[in-house]
Amino acid sequence: MFSFIGRSIIQKTVTLFFVSVISFLIIHLAPGEPSQVDPMNPKFTPEMVERFRQEFHLNEPLYTQYLLFYQDLFTGKIVSWKDNQPVLAKIWERFLNSLPLFIVGTLLTWTLSFPVGIRSAIFRGGIYDRSATFFAYLLISIPGFFFAYVLIIFVVTVFHVPVIGMETFGMGAASWPHLFMDRVWHLLLPSVLGATGGIAVLSRYVRSQMLEVEGQDYVRTARAKGLAPDQVHYKHALRNALLPFVTMFGLILPGLIGGSVIIESIFSWPGMGRMAYEAILARDYPIILTVNFLSAVLVLIGTFVSDLLYLMVDPRIRL
Amino acid sequence: MEEAYAPPHKDTLLLVEDLRVHFRGHDHVARAVDGVSFDVHTGETVCLVGESGCGKTVTALAILGLVPIPPGVIASGKIRLRDTNLLTLTEEGLQDIRGNQISMVFQEPLTALNPVFTIGDQIMEAIQVHEKVSENERRRRCIGLLTDVGIPSPEARLKDYPHQLSGGQRQRVMVAMALACHPALIIADEPTTALDVTVQAQILNLMKSIQHASAMSVLYITHDLGVVSTVADRVYVMYAGLIVEQGTRDQVFQHPRHPYTRGLLASLPSRSKRGKRLYSIPGSVPNPAFKPKGCPFHPRCSAAIAECAVDFPGMCDYGHGHLSRCPPVYSRERQE
Repeated sequence: MFSFIGRSIIQKTVTLFFVSVISFLIIHLAPGEPSQVDPMNPKFTPEMVERFRQEFHLNEPLYTQYLLFYQDLFTGKIVSWKDNQPVLAKIWERFLNSLPLFIVGTLLTWTLSFPVGIRSAIFRGGIYDRSATFFAYLLISIPGFFFAYVLIIFVVTVFHVPVIGMETFGMGAASWPHLFMDRVWHLLLPSVLGATGGIAVLSRYVRSQMLEVEGQDYVRTARAKGLAPDQVHYKHALRNALLPFVTMFGLILPGLIGGSVIIESIFSWPGMGRMAYEAILARDYPIILTVNFLSAVLVLIGTFVSDLLYLMVDPRIRL
Repeated sequence: MEEAYAPPHKDTLLLVEDLRVHFRGHDHVARAVDGVSFDVHTGETVCLVGESGCGKTVTALAILGLVPIPPGVIASGKIRLRDTNLLTLTEEGLQDIRGNQISMVFQEPLTALNPVFTIGDQIMEAIQVHEKVSENERRRRCIGLLTDVGIPSPEARLKDYPHQLSGGQRQRVMVAMALACHPALIIADEPTTALDVTVQAQILNLMKSIQHASAMSVLYITHDLGVVSTVADRVYVMYAGLIVEQGTRDQVFQHPRHPYTRGLLASLPSRSKRGKRLYSIPGSVPNPAFKPKGCPFHPRCSAAIAECAVDFPGMCDYGHGHLSRCPPVYSRERQE
C-alpha cells in the first residue's frame, strides 16, 4: 500500500516533468510571437518589441526560458505578459468564478445520469428505455452553442431574465433575496447546458454497464436465493456496475481547471475556460503554461485518487 | 399411441407436466423445452441428462421462474411442488420458494458468486431473506453450514471474497448457500463441470452425504454420464426439448431402449475400448427453432427407419417404469 503510494508519486512526478517540457516546447513552436501579436499597433515600435523581448527573456535560449519560467512558477512570482498581474492570483479569481458552474454541472450530471441509466437497463426495451435513448441521442447530437441560444431566447422571452454574465448589471441596490435569485438564475442555465451532454453520454454508459452486469451469473444466483428484484438490481447488480465509474470520478477533477470555453464564452461568464482561451489568442505564455501545468497536476491527482477509490471498492484489487 | 406415464408416486415432491418453454425470435419461435414431464420424489436423486442445447438448463430455470420473460414464454404445462403450481404463483410467491424450498447450485462457481461481497455476507443473506433471525444466529448458522460443506476454519473464511477461494471451495460455498434454509429440493445445474475430476468427486460425495442426513431431493442437470452413474436413482434423458427415455439408473445404463441413449453410452470412454476410436453420435443437436419432422433424432439415428421421419411416437412402456420414445416394434424391426 505505502509502496504503491510512494511508487506512484515518483512516477507521476516524472510524468509531470515531461508534460512541462513538452507543453513548453509546443507553445514556443507554435507560430506567432508574444511580441508581435499586434504589429499594426503604432505603439509597437521596434524598440518596444526589443524591450519586450528583453524584459521577458525571449532572447535567451529555450532551456533558460524554461528554467526561468518554472522558477517563477514555483516561487509564485510569475506575472501575466499582458497586464503584469500575478498569474496565480488571476487564476484563483477566475477559478472561484468557474467553481459554482463546475459544481452544479457535475452534480446535475452525476445525480441524473445514474437513475436514468439504471432504470433504462432494468426496463430495457420498454417505453421508458426507448424515450430515454431518444432524448439521449437528441441531446448528444444538438450542438451546444445552438442549444444554448434556444434556451437563452426561451428564458429571456418567457421569464424575462437576462441570463448573460454572472449577475444582472445594476442590481447593487436590490434586497438579498433578489440578488440571490438573480445569481441562481444566471448560474442555472449555463450549468444545465454544461450538464446536458454529460447526462446524455453518462446515462448511456451507465445503462450499458448495468445491462452487462444484469446478465452475469451472480445476478441469477441472487434471484435464485429468493431476493426481491430491488435487492437484486440495487445491491447485487449496481455494486458491480458502479466499479468502472469510480475511475471516471477521479477523472472529473481536471474539469475544475479546464472549465468550458464554449459555454463561458456564450454566457460571458468570467471563468477559467475563457481566460485560457483569451490568453492563447494573446500569446500570453505564462497564463497558458500555468493553466496547462495545473491541469496536468489535477489529471495526475485524479488518476491517483481513482486508483485509491478502486482499491476501496473492488476487493479483487490489491496494490 | 397414448402417452403412458408411470403412476404418480405417493410422496412426489416435484411434478413437471408437459412443460413447454419457447423463445420468440424475430421470425421464428425456438421451442427450447417442448413438452417435458418428470417427477422427483422425496429424498430421491434424479438426473436430467442431455447434450448442450437440449433444454435441460431452461427446464431448471423454469422450475424457479427464472426464465427471462420476454423473450421466453411458458407456453404450457404445470410445475407442481407438493400442492402448489409454481407457474401460477406471483413473483412474490416465487421469491418465497426460491432458496427456501427449492434452491439452485450453478455451473460456474467462479462467476456465480458475487465478486464484491464476502462469502459470509452472501450466505447470511440467503438466510436473512427467508427467516427472521438475529445477526448472531445467522453468523452461527453460516459457520455451521461452512463446516458442513467441509470448508476449513470457517470463522476466518467468512470474511473472504470469492476470488480468494479455490474453484472447489467456491462450489462448496455455493452448496452451503443452497442449503442455508433447508430446502426440500436442490437443483444442481452441472455442478461439477467446471471442476477438476478429484474435486468433482468430493462435491458429489458432499451432496450425497448431506442428502442422506436430511432426506432432501436433488435434481442434477448434467451431460456427464459419469456423474449420472455415480449419483442417480432415476434418469431422464433429454433430447431436443423432450424426454426421450426414462427409468432407473440400472434400467437406463444396462438396457438403454432409445438409440440416443445408446449413442451417449457408446461415446463414453472405457477400458475395454482402449486404443479404439471413441464413438460419437454423428451430426449435432437440431436448432430448437427448426426441428426435423417426425422423431427429432432420426437424422442422426443409425437405426432410423422410414416411419421415423413421419411419425413421432409417445412414451412406450418397457416395464417397471422404464419408458422410451422409441417403440419396441421399431427395435424389433431393426433386429430382423
